[in-house]
Amino acid sequence: MGTQELSYLLLGLSWTLGLTAIGFAGGIPFGIGIALMRVSSNNWLRRPAMAWIGLFQGTPLLMQLFVAYFGLPLLGFNLPAWAAVAIALTAHASSFLGEIWRGAIQAITKGQTEAALALGLPDRSRMFDVILPQAFKISLPATVGFLVQLLKGTSLAAIVGFIELTRAGNIVSNQLYRPLLVFGVVGAMYFAMCWPLSWWGRKLEQSMSKGANK
Amino acid sequence: MTNSNSIAKHSDAPAMIQMRHVEKWYGDFHALKNIDLTVATGEKIVLCGPSGSGKSTLIRCINHLETIQSGEIIVNGHRLTDSQAAVDAVRQEVGMVFQQFNLFPHKTVMENCILAPMRVHKLSRAQAEKTAQKYLERVHIGDQAHKHPAQLSGGQQQRVAIARALCMEPKAMLFDEPTSALDPEMVKEVLDTMISLARDGMTMICVTHEMGFARQVADRVIFMANGEIVEENDPESFFSAPKHERTRAFLGEILAHH
Repeated sequence: MGTQELSYLLLGLSWTLGLTAIGFAGGIPFGIGIALMRVSSNNWLRRPAMAWIGLFQGTPLLMQLFVAYFGLPLLGFNLPAWAAVAIALTAHASSFLGEIWRGAIQAITKGQTEAALALGLPDRSRMFDVILPQAFKISLPATVGFLVQLLKGTSLAAIVGFIELTRAGNIVSNQLYRPLLVFGVVGAMYFAMCWPLSWWGRKLEQSMSKGANK
Repeated sequence: MTNSNSIAKHSDAPAMIQMRHVEKWYGDFHALKNIDLTVATGEKIVLCGPSGSGKSTLIRCINHLETIQSGEIIVNGHRLTDSQAAVDAVRQEVGMVFQQFNLFPHKTVMENCILAPMRVHKLSRAQAEKTAQKYLERVHIGDQAHKHPAQLSGGQQQRVAIARALCMEPKAMLFDEPTSALDPEMVKEVLDTMISLARDGMTMICVTHEMGFARQVADRVIFMANGEIVEENDPESFFSAPKHERTRAFLGEILAHH
């Protein structure tokens, strides 16, 4: 495998990172929105959030990519491939992150909410000054865990013709006829990205359980 | 001090808190039964009773942490209905101290104290910190302002919680078993803080079993059982001559342990 093939793989890798970043960047604001709607006492906010979570957690990411890539153009939205993939990944990430953060928000004790209410804090301040910073902290390990899932999940974008790391590996492998070597390198690249993240997530979890025992 | 004296002391003062015919249910459980209670400005009330008697529920209704099914509650002229404006007004004027402190663990002592004054009263950070420092010193904890709650003892945390409530310059304070979660050696420092607050004329309702505190500061001691106010009197008469059998049984129980 020469430098040309390797740089092709690295180009694919940069797209994998790019797609992960897009999915995460889109997933964070939408995920916060979904989580807040999900814990609302208002049915008109809570029910759509539950439906959103059910829909995108209950169907495969692959299908979501198909729908965004082939379905949206049928509805008259002509999007470049990366935009369709970005939409699908954002929807996917927001449903998982929303549910992770929903759990974290509800894990913050009732006492914190009551203290905020008793002080007369407005709803917005209660959420953003008191509840969310604490929820964010306890949800970090699960959030990092999902980041790893998302990074690996971007390989499915290959199916709709997107040349990220897996697809790039496929192309190089077809040229060189050495699938074992090429996919060995591709696998090592995924591992080099995912393992440090997983390790960081485990570290966060350990330091947090230590903190909780104090 | 006799019964008539202690009540007369505040009888001319305008009512700070009025509860009339208050009824509260949790599903089938009748938590508060026809509660009538008027607390005059500057008056100190100690609420006691066995667990499940409704005493915590009663004070939590006053700042609308619990809702009532019928009756009315008027706090400093604001009638507590479902109107959010009235609820907001009452919460700004009534401070609350909880059994479990409920400090914000991710914020320093100072940040705990300035959050509500900045967000609710729109004070600048400098103004809010000045007020906070004043009240932190008042509860003898001014030198701990930069620490996080977890670095403090239970007694210190509860004093911070009192200072945090005072920073909103409340007109009345509600204490929900403020010393029940504390180690015995820390109870006194919190009670001393509450006593000094009482001496300064704060209107207070305290749910507590600290009978020494009740004797020292209470204008009235109210005994509740099964969601009802069974008996109320000035502390001397309450402890020396309880009228009801249930009060006598309760006092026998708690005084046996002191």
